[in-house]
Amino acid sequence: MKAAVDKPDVSLLKEKARQLRVEILKMLAEAKSGHTGGSLSSADIVAALFFYKMRHKPHDPKWIKRDRFILSKGHAAPVLYAALALSGYFDSSLLKTLRKIGSPLQGHPCSTKLPGVEISTGSLGQGLSIANGIALGLKLDGSGSRVYCLLGDGETQEGQVWEAAMTAAHYKLDNLCAFIDNNGLQIDGHCCDVMHIEPIVNKWEAFGWNVIDIDGHDMKAVVAALNDAETVKGKPTMIVARTVKGKGVSFFEGKVEYHGLAPSREELEMALKELGK
Amino acid sequence: MGERTHKTGQGKPESAGKAVATRDAYGEALLELGRKRSDVVVLDADLSGSTKTGKFAKAFPERFFNLGVSEQDMIGTASGLSLAGKLPFASTFAVFETGRAWEQIRQTVCYSNLNVKLVATHSGVTVGEDGASHQAIEDVALMRVLHNMTVIVPADGNETRQVIHAIAEHYGPVYVRLGRSKVPQVMPDDYTFRIGKAYPFHIGKDANIIAMGIMVSAALDAAEMLKENGIDAGVVNMSTVKPLDTEILLKAVEACGILMTAEEHSVTGGLGGAVSEFLAENHPAKVLRTGIRDDFGCSGTPEELLKLYGLTADDIAKTIREAIS
Repeated sequence: MKAAVDKPDVSLLKEKARQLRVEILKMLAEAKSGHTGGSLSSADIVAALFFYKMRHKPHDPKWIKRDRFILSKGHAAPVLYAALALSGYFDSSLLKTLRKIGSPLQGHPCSTKLPGVEISTGSLGQGLSIANGIALGLKLDGSGSRVYCLLGDGETQEGQVWEAAMTAAHYKLDNLCAFIDNNGLQIDGHCCDVMHIEPIVNKWEAFGWNVIDIDGHDMKAVVAALNDAETVKGKPTMIVARTVKGKGVSFFEGKVEYHGLAPSREELEMALKELGK
Repeated sequence: MGERTHKTGQGKPESAGKAVATRDAYGEALLELGRKRSDVVVLDADLSGSTKTGKFAKAFPERFFNLGVSEQDMIGTASGLSLAGKLPFASTFAVFETGRAWEQIRQTVCYSNLNVKLVATHSGVTVGEDGASHQAIEDVALMRVLHNMTVIVPADGNETRQVIHAIAEHYGPVYVRLGRSKVPQVMPDDYTFRIGKAYPFHIGKDANIIAMGIMVSAALDAAEMLKENGIDAGVVNMSTVKPLDTEILLKAVEACGILMTAEEHSVTGGLGGAVSEFLAENHPAKVLRTGIRDDFGCSGTPEELLKLYGLTADDIAKTIREAIS
């Protein structure tokens, strides 16, 4: 069992995030397609969740007391698959089947094919509603489990996100903590050029959420925000994580073209060198 | 289920005068289910008075969730509740449930094969005065095309009540299509609904009408009229449109020269579509489709609209008489 621990080992979590990035790049290079930028930008958040905050049992994926993780930005499937593999849900060798025919590692997460995936995602804007429903169900049962949901920033252009934002506040879902991976880029370019989403913090506050604004690559800050969120009563928490698309690989960082492009063999070699492996 | 002894014209039970809207029967059935099972939760999108989920809301306020005017969020929330082990029933008008939230139903409910029950009211043109914007005539087509989905269109209040209890015991996504207006009781008192099993009132030697929803009543009346012309027309209540009861369908088509489908829905993709698809592959036969043809509804009383769109017993009888002569 991977239980939540009180005192986070930040250097260990940083190392987990590094390992996630290594696995993400390797599986994407092998698949020759997939979403590199947004998988790398959310690696620190996902590391903090899977290796520190969330209570879960890799050998019992349906354990009733587990905390739930909903990857609303389903195109970041590689970061979820890497976290599941490194947690022990399945053997890491499966990662090289990503996006290949017959693989449980579909291009976007599929819950009926891969244990550990709570719900199939990939069509943006739907995850927060699902997280709300789980949070409501857990509250009905008096469960102490918590629900975590990871959204992209471009994703918040979907109207359903704001319907869900209202619902979570209306039903006072304090057992829900969401993240926005605010890397500032979407497929067609900078979010601010495609469709303005700022001021993010004010918007979520106006919708009745507890909002924490952090550097999404500062592991101490991510951990502190997760711990703070747990203490808030009567409100859901949104952690706005300011991130860099492609984080960890200098030549991918801030490059919009690597939203949906996999690294070549050469790029993989250089990237792994930068990541120290 | 084998053929019952009820003959055409005697198909409607004694209690046939007892007309109730299927949405009212739904409201009552939800209450019964809520008392029986503590895992039942109900969601609505600001139409609980009209869909009749309001009764459940009053009895079990802690298990009722109004999502406001947000159908997409309602489907997602229902999905989450099912993931938390609850048995969610999500209701609104059919046009919004299946149209506005179609992609949520596809991507979340069906793709993940969740135990979510979608029970929509105000289907078809019998919505009446509100007009085309509120009259779903495409909903069965939209739901039928989805993998993992079961589609049920009850004919009366008695069947609706049974459907609600039956789908609670069945794992998987289900769409139930209900109406706003009152419909006479057509199913016999001893009728037992089973998912995927059609009910043949009678298999005719001259013609057979495969009907769903409120059109079962119209088809029974038409068969009675045809009897006076010496035409033996049978009626089958195909309340489960997906999966189709192909055994009864084959019996009906083999028994007679004329097969008709009858639905308060577009003939494209609905019951007429489903029957035609199956027969084209398995038993090529001409199918007369009674329903709405490439059109929208409009405002009017339910009775006026049924006439306008050719959905009355007279229309059915006329079409069959013409086909025979």
